[in-house]
Amino acid sequence: MTELFHNAAPNATRTAPPLAAPRSYPQEKPTQVYLFGTCVVDLFYPAAGMDSIRLLEREGLRVHFPQAQSCCGQPAYTSGYTEEARAVARAQLALFAEPWPVVVPSGSCAGMLRHHYAELFADEPETLRLVQNLAERTYELAEFLLHVCRVDYQDHGAPTKVALHTSCSARREMQTHLHGRALLGQLEAVERVDHDHESECCGFGGTFSVRMPDISGAMVADKTRALQDSGAAQVLTADCGCLMNINGALEKQRAALRGEHLASFLWRRIGGAA
Amino acid sequence: MNEMLKIPLTDLSDPPPFKARARQALGDDQLRRNFRTAMDSLMTKRLASLSDADERERLRELGNRIRARALSKLPKLLERLEANLTRNGVQVHWAETTAEANAIVQRIAERHEAKLLIKGKSMVSEEMDMNLVLGAQGIDCLESDMGEYIIQLAGEKPSHIIMPAIHLNRQQVGTLFHEHLGEPYTTDVDELIQTGRRVLRQKFFEADIGISGVNFAVAETGTLLLVENEGNGRMSTTVPPVHIAVTGIEKVVENLRDVVPLLSLLTRSALGQPITTYVNLISGPRKAEELDGPREVHLVLLDNGRSQAFADSELRQTLNCIRCGACMNHCPVYTRIGGHAYGEVYPGPIGAIITPHLVGLERAPDHPSASSLCGACGEVCPVKIPIPALLRRLREENVKAPTAEPHLLRGQGSKFSARERWTWHAWQNLYTSPLLYRGFSYLATRFGRFTPGQLGPWTEHHSAPRPAPLSLHELARDHLEQRP
Repeated sequence: MTELFHNAAPNATRTAPPLAAPRSYPQEKPTQVYLFGTCVVDLFYPAAGMDSIRLLEREGLRVHFPQAQSCCGQPAYTSGYTEEARAVARAQLALFAEPWPVVVPSGSCAGMLRHHYAELFADEPETLRLVQNLAERTYELAEFLLHVCRVDYQDHGAPTKVALHTSCSARREMQTHLHGRALLGQLEAVERVDHDHESECCGFGGTFSVRMPDISGAMVADKTRALQDSGAAQVLTADCGCLMNINGALEKQRAALRGEHLASFLWRRIGGAA
Repeated sequence: MNEMLKIPLTDLSDPPPFKARARQALGDDQLRRNFRTAMDSLMTKRLASLSDADERERLRELGNRIRARALSKLPKLLERLEANLTRNGVQVHWAETTAEANAIVQRIAERHEAKLLIKGKSMVSEEMDMNLVLGAQGIDCLESDMGEYIIQLAGEKPSHIIMPAIHLNRQQVGTLFHEHLGEPYTTDVDELIQTGRRVLRQKFFEADIGISGVNFAVAETGTLLLVENEGNGRMSTTVPPVHIAVTGIEKVVENLRDVVPLLSLLTRSALGQPITTYVNLISGPRKAEELDGPREVHLVLLDNGRSQAFADSELRQTLNCIRCGACMNHCPVYTRIGGHAYGEVYPGPIGAIITPHLVGLERAPDHPSASSLCGACGEVCPVKIPIPALLRRLREENVKAPTAEPHLLRGQGSKFSARERWTWHAWQNLYTSPLLYRGFSYLATRFGRFTPGQLGPWTEHHSAPRPAPLSLHELARDHLEQRP
């Protein structure tokens, strides 16, 4: 029976990585940061990107936006087109050479930089060092505002209720749901309401939404129903993939409710926007 | 229950495409309610029994290490298991394919002139399609697990690996019992279970052979461990004169000490139970001085594609699985389409990563794509199988050109499409060339209002997205250039 195993590499068994220690944050506030805008924000939600820049500038940071940046490579990576993803990821790697933090207004893209680039370049020790350096200074926007800038926001808006949707990879890879809740918690007149099955996927999943439109459609239908039943006047999210999915479905349903990027909401509430 | 959703007992060899099944399931409101209610309850129970996050994570890590260690010496452990079982008087048989496994069971049955086999619950016997194959040889197989019994009456296949009839509610079960057993219609669960027990109890005495699965096969002691809640597993393995256990080659663990954490993870992850009502440790046939137990015990160890997963260090992690079902309970896709939509023995996330090894990617080409990669499965897996990473890996194997390099996986390249490959290559060119991208985004933003209202599958459930009038690249450049 051992001939069953003639193909197997000896001792090829993998174990799960050890439990990750909680992330530690720099004690001193940096003076300069990069913004990695992401492809969806760039074309569909540039206002969210601009509000992210303004929120960072408000904290006294000089923001850099390398013009050669494009996409983290996640769409190809999750679709199984690994070579294509690697090429796009490689094109980003050279753009963030200074040791400044890289802030990403999208949890799943931040997770791609922080966790999956190392998988893409596992066989290239030289590149891997670059990747690890980048991963260590990559932050999701809400996380960066909360734990590195240690913001203390004063709410200037009228009382309102909001629901917070967190993308699955942002939740599981970056704990973005906790950061979003903490930031909203600083806003006095904002009540965050829970919605049914809040931690469940909205059905986006990148190309999943077009490969499996029926299943994805059923998921976003449930998600939008839960959001509408929550009594929230507005949906907030720090992930523009989910935002495109949820808003696209709400619009198709001719619902009144809409989602907005957390950065734009924060900027408006703290009196940044007119 | 929608008639079309039933998997006919007679044929699993050519399931209709996954997407067609999924669409049908999504349109079945009763089915969706049944699954949502059941999965919600299972998620709550699991969390309640693993409520201490530190303990839970430590235990999962331990479970992962134990399984990884067992797999790292799998060939050796299997040989030790065989030696110790043989010493205990258990006859060990090896089967590379399900056909071989069925032939082994059939030979034993024929030697004993067996007409009726009574089965405890076994997913490996589902892989073998044992009821059908042996039934065609005049050997009846009767399921004794209540859920399995219900779906056998209904002429269906399990829709969940540990709760095979979870797609049915009690009204539907009441109707089944009324129609097939002539019992008065009732929706009282206790009454229904009593009816099932009454019918089955007699069969345990009539059966010539008992069939069971195995949860853990312990190499050091030559022990087969079987957990269950109904007592039917104990009856199946002790009352008939012959007991045949069937299991996959990956179920071996090194020693009894390894079983303790794995058992705790299994029962808590599956049903939120600290332990099952019955834990059977089977170490051989009836001894001379013993008054009960089978005269003969056999173990059939089945490969059925598992050695393919074993051969790759990443895919090998698939074999960590202890079959708790937590991944499906937490899967937003499984919750909405149920188990039958997958059209194969193992549904849900674990099904999507193991089925390609059992039947080849060509027969389950859509399974790795039936996930939003939300990560819920990987988060709850008691032995930390990185299910999303393995799904992604299978997608990669699925889209490889079929002619490329020697095939590691059966059916590799089943979703290869030159057009799609070309599209991603164009995407790569666009996103690696700042100049090209600037031109593209200029056109997209300036002519965004001309985006067609219908954009393929996307606009079935969404309105078409409209690019903004100016890209972030442009806005950021203008903004940052103006600052002092």
